[in-house]
Amino acid sequence: MALSGIQIYKLLPQTNCKECGFPTCLAFAMKLAAKQVELTDCPHVSQESKNKLAESAAPPIRLVTLSANGRKVEAGNEVVLFRHEKTFYHKPGFFIRVRDDESAEAIREQVAPAAAYSVTYVGRELAPDGFAVHAVTGDPDAFAAAVQTVHDAADMPLILIAEDPQVMAAGLEAAPGERPLIYAAGAENWEAMANLANEHDAALAVRAPSLEELADLSQKLKEKGVENLVLDPGPRDFGDWLARSTQIRRLALKNFRPLGYPLIAFAGEGESWDGREPMMAAQAIAKYAGFIVFDHFAPEVMYPLLVLRENVYTDPQKPIQVQPGLYELNDPGPDDPLLVTTNFSITYFSVANEVEGAGLPAWLLVTDAEGMSVLTAWAAGNFDAERIAKDVKAFDVAGKVNHRRIVIPGHVAVISGELEEELPGWDVRVGPRESVDLPSFLKQALAQ
Amino acid sequence: MPIEIPKDKWPGAVRTVTLGATAADGGTRSHTVTVGGETALPFLHFEAEMPHRPVVAIEIVDRRPDDWSPLLLEAWDDVADDPAAWAQAAEEAGADLLQLTLSLTKNDGEPNTPDAAVAAVKSVLEASGLPLLVFGPGQAEVDNELLVAVANATRGERLVLGLCEDKNYRTIVAGAMANGHLVTARSPMDVNLAKQLNILINDMNMPLDRILMDPTTGALGYGIEYGYSAMERLRLAALQGDAMTQLPMVVTPGYEAWKTKEAKVDDDVPAEWGPWRERAINWETLTAMTLLESGADILILRHPESVRRIQAAIAELTAVPVAA
Ligand code: B12
Ligand code: SF4
Repeated sequence: MALSGIQIYKLLPQTNCKECGFPTCLAFAMKLAAKQVELTDCPHVSQESKNKLAESAAPPIRLVTLSANGRKVEAGNEVVLFRHEKTFYHKPGFFIRVRDDESAEAIREQVAPAAAYSVTYVGRELAPDGFAVHAVTGDPDAFAAAVQTVHDAADMPLILIAEDPQVMAAGLEAAPGERPLIYAAGAENWEAMANLANEHDAALAVRAPSLEELADLSQKLKEKGVENLVLDPGPRDFGDWLARSTQIRRLALKNFRPLGYPLIAFAGEGESWDGREPMMAAQAIAKYAGFIVFDHFAPEVMYPLLVLRENVYTDPQKPIQVQPGLYELNDPGPDDPLLVTTNFSITYFSVANEVEGAGLPAWLLVTDAEGMSVLTAWAAGNFDAERIAKDVKAFDVAGKVNHRRIVIPGHVAVISGELEEELPGWDVRVGPRESVDLPSFLKQALAQ
Repeated sequence: MPIEIPKDKWPGAVRTVTLGATAADGGTRSHTVTVGGETALPFLHFEAEMPHRPVVAIEIVDRRPDDWSPLLLEAWDDVADDPAAWAQAAEEAGADLLQLTLSLTKNDGEPNTPDAAVAAVKSVLEASGLPLLVFGPGQAEVDNELLVAVANATRGERLVLGLCEDKNYRTIVAGAMANGHLVTARSPMDVNLAKQLNILINDMNMPLDRILMDPTTGALGYGIEYGYSAMERLRLAALQGDAMTQLPMVVTPGYEAWKTKEAKVDDDVPAEWGPWRERAINWETLTAMTLLESGADILILRHPESVRRIQAAIAELTAVPVAA
């Protein structure tokens, strides 16, 4: 939390020497609080005060970066409890767990599809971020071999899970040149794990039975020089996990430094019932996780969760938009159909994907509807006959298509009359309400 | 080190609303369902116990809904032809409440009529003792005609009638008031619009403990973040003491999720979407789960498997906490 001018003043020499260019230390402190000057402008400030000021300028939740060969995952630097207060910044990393009691072959089979997985949503490529390798055998060689196998099969950031520092050391040796996350330092092994984290420049997860012990441990680790910490809130059931993660987030935002680190969640642990893991992950996405470990990889789970992560982390102040204009879907010719929609990303891609997926050539006029969906824009007066007619002219639609026929979304059927008035000589057709039905509409209704 | 856990002490609380009436109170329901009463954000047991757990309603329709996803029609199979049988099946599938949607047209393609709507509602009330929400087809004139007839014919049942929207609420509210029913007020994802509609309905002398609010939601991938934040803001406003936001929230993740391509169909979808049934159920449950976290009191769902999963999650979320 930023310090006030008065608080900063107390840290300054209070000699009013004017070397900073201000008449008094207080005046300088006020400017510093307003971030209009740099601390370095005062040549006399003590090292101790510098440290205090730097500490206070640090974000309430530390940014922790895991990396491997250029790919990285960042978590932390969050500043709010509720996304509407500003936005959530760093999407939680998704990691798939593999175990060292499996054969190299079996591990490769688990890793390959997840490493290759990528899915398109509103024009973005979404993918999981890495793997968690779990030492269940307790054998350093087995763990090293498993880490090596995953490392070779996928150039992605890793979480290494082992209790025994010796086993962990073997795993770390097997993944050189990366910054993995070590899971975890507990009351018993923390010193050895801290040494390993420092030696390998790894991030370190912390685990403890209570919040107090968690804070104590994270402080001890920090004193040992480990800066990149990650906290395991502890519980594995829905209710307690939510309570803990909320408590930690609140304390962190109140600048309680020992808990000012990103959280890790294990979606697949805890009481087991069918379909539980994706729901636990959904809670972790909405409620403050920085890293989420999955026990299963399946596209039908990964896709909705990647989308949820995208949605929750969208900046509420900026709806995702596409550029207005006349878009060409599947290389249309001048006789191909003309459709009109808005420039809200989700809307544009629902229509474009549908038409492109069906292999149908068409022109898609994307109007400037201030990034709103069809009905929202219509209700707000951003997608009316006048606006559409204006964009038909602005983007020279008549110069690109031979016919004079435009298809409007079924949800705004009511504007068809007005649009015919605004566009004399044009035939306005009302399309289906949902874009899923567009291909059959294009094939049937328009063919006639 | 000792840590003082920051606890919010809110001045306000969500109202409690009771759906359904038993014979003792002039209805025929086997039991009633009470929602609301929260004095803290969802499931934060360390601040306050949640007096009433969130509940699940299953949506059923007065005729076979041919435009529904084949997955849903397959899951409900024959009972989708008969609202009474469907009601029973929904109760067996773990519903706390039933939500009956009245269609625009009857099976024979003719416009729905007040008599047919009343007959459908009565058959559902006879088949199941669960409290019932009845929604019109969503066209003002038809909604009014059907819902008023239903309200009159089911006096004292404490049904929830909907949807009341700013453009069309008076007739439905009057019908509900005259017959001891409740209403649900739907507004488009905005705190002020929600308040405004609640005030308008309350101004007609409908008591606040007979109004639910539906802040509208989008499905996962189709605007859920707007609904999510609108609900968080509404709930925060309620806890801060803003009386006109202190109504329990009902949302329709089933309707929204099953509209999406991801849930509805399996033709020409990318391989990365995975197998259809599980993907569709995830679409519905993850939409619902997210809304649960932002304060939903009643979730209206469609697929029986989604209901099972959401009920299991609610059970865990409302269980007596292990950690303080
Ligand atoms: C998210 C949302 C918002 C967000 C805006 C999101 C955005 N960037 O647009 C917010 C919260 C800001 C918002 C605000 C408002 N909203 Co709003 N909102 C919604 C909501 C929940 C979802 C909209 C959405 O994203 N849908 C997904 C997209 C992909 O759908 P779509 O654009 O329609 O596209 C589909 C089809 O139309 C079709 N399609 C698209 N293009 C084309 C083209 C052709 C040729 C064809 C054939 C098909 C086709 O394909 C798509 C997929 O099927 C809807 C209700 C709902 N659940 O649907 C209300 C809704 C659209 N909003 C509504 C209203 C009234 C408003 C406000 C005016 C309220 C107000 N007075 O403040 C404001 C307007 C904005 C303003 N003044 O600032 C009403 C509109 C009612 C009406 N019929 O008039 C709705 C329907 C809610 C309701 N039931 O009352 N809203
Ligand atoms: S240079 Fe430093 S000590 Fe001198 S007046 Fe400025 S703030 Fe004070």
